[in-house]
Amino acid sequence: MAANTLKHALFCAVVTLVIAYPILGLNLEAEGINVTLAGADTSTVISVIAAAIVVFLFQLFRENILSALKSIPSPLPKTQKEPMAENKRARIESWVLTGIVILALFWPFFVSRGSVDLATLVLIYIMLALGLNVVVGLAGLLDLGYVAFYAVGAYTFALLSQYAGVSFWVALPIGACLAALFGFTLGFPVLRLRGDYLAIVTLGFGEIIRILLNNWTALTGGPNGVGGIPDPTLFGMEFGRRVKEEGNVSFHETFGIAYSGEHKVIFLYLIALVLAVFTALVIRRFMRMPVGRSWEALREDEIAARSLGLSRTAVKLSAFTIGAFFAGFAGTVFASKQGFISPESFVFLESAIILAIVVLGGMGSQIGVVLAAIAVTILPELAREFSEYRMLIFGAAMVLMMIWRPQGLMPVRRIHIPLRKQE
Amino acid sequence: MLEVQNLSMRFGGLLAVDGVSLDVKEREIVSIIGPNGAGKTTVFNCMSGFYKPSGGKILFEGQEVQGKPDYKISRLGMVRTFQHVRLFNNMTVVENLLVAQHRHLNTNLIAGLLKTPDYRERERKSLDRAAYWLERVGLMDLANREAGNLAYGQQRRLEIARCMVTEPKLLMLDEPAAGLNPAETKDLNQLIVSLKEDYCVSVVLIEHDMSLVMDISDRINVINQGRPLASGTPEEIRQNKDVIKAYLGEA
Repeated sequence: MAANTLKHALFCAVVTLVIAYPILGLNLEAEGINVTLAGADTSTVISVIAAAIVVFLFQLFRENILSALKSIPSPLPKTQKEPMAENKRARIESWVLTGIVILALFWPFFVSRGSVDLATLVLIYIMLALGLNVVVGLAGLLDLGYVAFYAVGAYTFALLSQYAGVSFWVALPIGACLAALFGFTLGFPVLRLRGDYLAIVTLGFGEIIRILLNNWTALTGGPNGVGGIPDPTLFGMEFGRRVKEEGNVSFHETFGIAYSGEHKVIFLYLIALVLAVFTALVIRRFMRMPVGRSWEALREDEIAARSLGLSRTAVKLSAFTIGAFFAGFAGTVFASKQGFISPESFVFLESAIILAIVVLGGMGSQIGVVLAAIAVTILPELAREFSEYRMLIFGAAMVLMMIWRPQGLMPVRRIHIPLRKQE
Repeated sequence: MLEVQNLSMRFGGLLAVDGVSLDVKEREIVSIIGPNGAGKTTVFNCMSGFYKPSGGKILFEGQEVQGKPDYKISRLGMVRTFQHVRLFNNMTVVENLLVAQHRHLNTNLIAGLLKTPDYRERERKSLDRAAYWLERVGLMDLANREAGNLAYGQQRRLEIARCMVTEPKLLMLDEPAAGLNPAETKDLNQLIVSLKEDYCVSVVLIEHDMSLVMDISDRINVINQGRPLASGTPEEIRQNKDVIKAYLGEA
């Protein structure tokens, strides 16, 4: 046993050395046209060796350390308290959530432009993750190409505005519906697929959309993307310094206030907030409706679901369509926020991040998904100090999370349905 | 009500079911028995639309149903349970029953989002139906537990309740007593009889527990190696030489 642990610990330390030394210790240096390999300075070598020793010691005393960690009382002690009555808990929960939304409405007026911008991005990811949660968390269909629907929403708005001068508010439903149509179309070929096979087909679909956008230069501008996407307007009021479109007035002149670039950012944030809340409420309602229950039934046991009269076709297609619809929403907002989109915004990594949000949050759990979306979007920003290591920190956080809380941040809690006693 | 004529099912070179006929009248309990691997469950799978039979006809209320998709057959009123309990484990007991009533609910998305009166009315009715059946099978107190956490006997009863809330005309039970203790088997016995007597449901039953089969069946069909061996009342089957031979081996 002890010998085994020692062997294992040594092995881990050697692996650490082998991986870390070439990556951190060897530098390529350009001297004119020649590239030379330079050794590392002493401090790097020392830290690499120190890291290997830490790994070695941790692996050697792993059992002791882990058991010591377990004996630390958890910050939220699970006392023997009676669980709160269901209706009371639900009421408190809805009050707290309403409070948070109201706070979120006023919050942007007191913080910097940068944070509002980041918060808008968080809200976009919340919309995306809530939509993907329908497909992956509720219906149990592993979709690795979700970003395709996001792209459809974004490009719909971008192209409509470029070619037809369509405004944000008209493009929003069109983008969402077109994305839903794509979701519906993707649903057909994958009806019979499950698990790994489904994942691969959806992955392919996501890539097809991206490559199509990249190569259909005549329509989409290819890798150059589409620029000059207009900002949303408020009842015909524009947020720019000067009015761009005939017939519109500008926001700051109408209200007689000084022009500020922040107005536009805050307005976009508020739109994203309203849409994210709308998404959450609609999906929350779906989860309590027959359609939501049939998604979950299909995830739990397809054969039993079919034997009870659920049509696999209808259930799967509805999940794909509704999930894609909300991605289209998010895409339209994204296009408007960025003002410029290119296929580079819709690579596979985006799908993976959205999926990671759903898994980290707890499959099927809306609150969990929202929390995870906030964490996943903000963490890399906070870790920006560490520049090139930030993705490393991000990845490590995910690995640790899956080890200690595989069920996600906030695992789904079943809806309590009161029944009336029958005589 | 249900007529199975000359049903056969072939898997490659294996003829799993060969020329089985079956006929179920209203309010009748018909059992299918036979040694392990005789093809009983295959017959069920053909009847419920999981397999497309290679030959023969299945008539339900005069309508040919062989080869129809399973969910359509179930909507006609032929609902089955499974040899191994198949519940929606991570959903609560009530939710299991609500899923089963999908076709009785207003599944229009807009109606559900706006909670139209018709939607509420149907939702309320199906909740009442669920409550009724939970009371009936004694699971009322566990209504909001996750189905996967129930004891095995309770899961069996929930599965039957889940079929009953669909208001079927014909119930197909695949070894409902498997894994139950004698007391639970007795309860099940009474439950099945009451389904027939009080709710006018016909039952097709696959079962190995002979005391249960002999007790409640109106007629019994014996299948051996995919072929029909005998059929008749419990009394006739008990006397039948072929059946005894198949079960006990050549004497």
